[in-house]
Amino acid sequence: MITLFINGESRALDVDPSTPLLWVIRDYAGLTGTKFGCGIAQCGACTVHVDGSPVRSCVMPASATVGRQITTIEGINSGEDSLHPVQQAWIDEQVPQCGYCQSGQIMAAAALLERTPAPTDADIDAAMSGIVCRCGTYPRIRKGIKRAAAIANSEVPEADNG
Amino acid sequence: MGKWTRRAFITAGVAAGGVVVFGVAIRRGDRSGKVRELVAADGESLFDVWLKIAPDNTVTAIIPHADMGQGVHTALAMMLADELDADWSAVQYEEAPAHKEFANYALAREYSTSGMDFPAWLVDSVDGLFFRATQMMGLQITGGSLSVRTTGQLAMRVTGAATRAVLLQAAADEWQVPVSELLAADSMIRHEATGREETYAHFAPAAAQLHLPDKPALKSPEAFRIMGTSPPRSDVPAKVDGSANFGIDAVLPGMKYATIKAAPVFGGRVLAVDESSIQDMPGVRKVVNLGDAVAVIADGYWQAKKALDKLAIEFGDGGNGATGQEGIFEQFARELDSAAAEDRAKKDFASGNAAAALDAAAQVLEAEYRVPFLAHATMEPMNCTAWVHDNRCELWLGTQNPLGFAQQVAGAIDMDQTQVFLHNQYLGGGFGRRAFDDFAIQAARIAAEAPYPVKLIWSREEDMRHDHYRQASISRFRGGLDASGNAIAWHNHYVNKHDPEEAPHIPYAIADQAIVYSESETHVPWGFWRSVDHSLHAFFTESFIDELAVAAGRDTYEYRRELLAGSPRFRAVLDLAAKQAGWGESLPDNTGRGIAIHRSFGTIVAQVVDVEIVDGKPRARRVVCAVDPGYTVHPDNLAAQMESGIAYGLTAALYGEITISDGAVRQSNFHDYRMLRIDEAPDVETYIINGGGVTGGAGEPGTPPIAPAFTNAIFDATGIRIRELPVSKHELRLKDVEDVA
Repeated sequence: MITLFINGESRALDVDPSTPLLWVIRDYAGLTGTKFGCGIAQCGACTVHVDGSPVRSCVMPASATVGRQITTIEGINSGEDSLHPVQQAWIDEQVPQCGYCQSGQIMAAAALLERTPAPTDADIDAAMSGIVCRCGTYPRIRKGIKRAAAIANSEVPEADNG
Repeated sequence: MGKWTRRAFITAGVAAGGVVVFGVAIRRGDRSGKVRELVAADGESLFDVWLKIAPDNTVTAIIPHADMGQGVHTALAMMLADELDADWSAVQYEEAPAHKEFANYALAREYSTSGMDFPAWLVDSVDGLFFRATQMMGLQITGGSLSVRTTGQLAMRVTGAATRAVLLQAAADEWQVPVSELLAADSMIRHEATGREETYAHFAPAAAQLHLPDKPALKSPEAFRIMGTSPPRSDVPAKVDGSANFGIDAVLPGMKYATIKAAPVFGGRVLAVDESSIQDMPGVRKVVNLGDAVAVIADGYWQAKKALDKLAIEFGDGGNGATGQEGIFEQFARELDSAAAEDRAKKDFASGNAAAALDAAAQVLEAEYRVPFLAHATMEPMNCTAWVHDNRCELWLGTQNPLGFAQQVAGAIDMDQTQVFLHNQYLGGGFGRRAFDDFAIQAARIAAEAPYPVKLIWSREEDMRHDHYRQASISRFRGGLDASGNAIAWHNHYVNKHDPEEAPHIPYAIADQAIVYSESETHVPWGFWRSVDHSLHAFFTESFIDELAVAAGRDTYEYRRELLAGSPRFRAVLDLAAKQAGWGESLPDNTGRGIAIHRSFGTIVAQVVDVEIVDGKPRARRVVCAVDPGYTVHPDNLAAQMESGIAYGLTAALYGEITISDGAVRQSNFHDYRMLRIDEAPDVETYIINGGGVTGGAGEPGTPPIAPAFTNAIFDATGIRIRELPVSKHELRLKDVEDVA
């Protein structure tokens, strides 16, 4: 048994505390938006926030997150009908293709913007190179992050959807 | 998605549950005999339902294809809605169920015999294309970049237009006015003279009683209102908030989790399993020996994985345990040598007399190229949830071939196909991998031994080591130049042909050509890999033509351009890429520029790549991509597919290499099968030409030209000709540094 604080809720879960946070979130807390990709922190599909910082949940034991704030893709927006600026920008720029890595991309991008409200290309490279996208949506991720920064600063540029 | 039953098809065309369903058989007058033959052979109509109109005037397109990020649901719904003159804001789609009724092989047959403008050198390949299209559509496959080209053109557009016609007829009947006085727009029908106006839904029940026209008039492109625009893709919102359900996200009451280890050497079997090694592990439910693989079922995935890692299993190697990568390439080389010596290579394409032309050439160039095996490495590892209960088997997974999977699963667990119910989910990448049903069969066989639903998830290591791989290959060239450097002879001998047929063919006007191949089987399972044979042959042919240009002392773009004088569409695409890239402008010292052009799946793509060499490593900075698919249904999505195809191909060119060691795959995860990352991804600019003619594909054609454009750019920067992929094997130095040294 372990008690975790996920998306603002306290969750008592009947699971071995050494289990990686990824599987606790998916199989025990029932939040399937966070994805399994590699299991060895090489692809970033499992990225969630722990106390606001992006972590690879596939290699972090759940026991290491006790008493800390865990945020998943399901909890990144401020309310049910609202979207986080990164989510809105992802729709505006039509970023996702297959979509499987995008929870991890969005969590990493949101954490970047929290620290660095107006990131440069180098900032984006540094923050996002841990998250693999097999569909190659990288150019749109880059545009999406810049757009999200503008949304957060209320300077929304024109959509570039052709 | 609503439940589809056999009855739904039989009652197609009548109002059922308030929703009017339209079906249409496509019978072109002069081909009706052939289609009837097919219908008769199958015992029933092949084109049942593609379109529904609900009482609230919502139009639903029923799409018999899987969306794996290529945007096909949106594009196909656009094609139907445009011909229907529907209100796009009230158009939805549903993915068709895994039913025979959606296996559209007659569509493929129509497509392959209805006026495609094949160039002469492709005529031999028409049968091959027909066969492949038939095969794929017959299996309800999403692949071959065929969805828009077949289902879109021949089902969606025709159904939309035919339905529009019967709706107008129903309105004319009700209002007692001629059809010619009616106007259809935005899912409404209007009679100007009387000011009457009603929704499509109002007329739908009566219209469904009318005979759908076999050959409705289709719009010309000038009349398109929805096609040619870029509405937001309908699948995107669910992919930004975590709510999109992929196969791996299926959750059923009482479900357990399994993971699996197959014999590491392809063809190997399980010799012994010692279950006592995991006896006391928590949560473990059951060990299932499938003969060539062993699975552990547990309460959670992590418990299953830990137990499987610890489980003592002895595997045999099926006699393949001594095979290594160098041995495979040596085997290929021996076959090429002996086939050439014994003059028994198989003919792929020939024109003129290549041997004589090579003898007469002022200069002959020879080169040998190699490419490795490649894994698909979809981001979502293979997985399938299966539940065998009450004489049925239900499956939740992402597949490119629902019907084929259902058939194969039924066979594997001794059920009739009617007992297998497949719930297709979003695909976390397909690229050809999810056309192979091995993981679904495993899941069904495991679940058949359990009284609860089982979610089988492959580890990344299992996914990497038990893929169906793009073939490794060797391709040898001899090219002849005349005294002025003009290419006059092209001889190409390569190993292992799959498809498409025309992948090794070149668009260039070289009079004397011989393209031949030899087969040399390996024990490594083969699979469709984004663009299939084009992925290797574009690298081979577009590298070698570059070598000929350099040997001739000519500009590589101009050289290609001259050889394309008789192919205006190719030339227009090449010119557009060169112009937008600023071909000919001077570049920084550490930067090289390369170009390549290739047609695949009916679409011509040219790419110009700028490569910067930093500390001996090549970095693609910018890719200018020009594409002519004939007609573009959704321009932004075509651009997205070019960006995607480029990243996929560039990843392979830079890093992609699966090597065989002791009969098994050596690589295991993303640390040793590396992926392109955002800091290595080039800016991509896509420019579209709608050249007319038969519409080409979008999902695959962006991939083939990127490897040669990239390596041609590396040559430009370094003088080093990359003849073996991946590029990461090679040590690169800038040309100037080398010259100084």
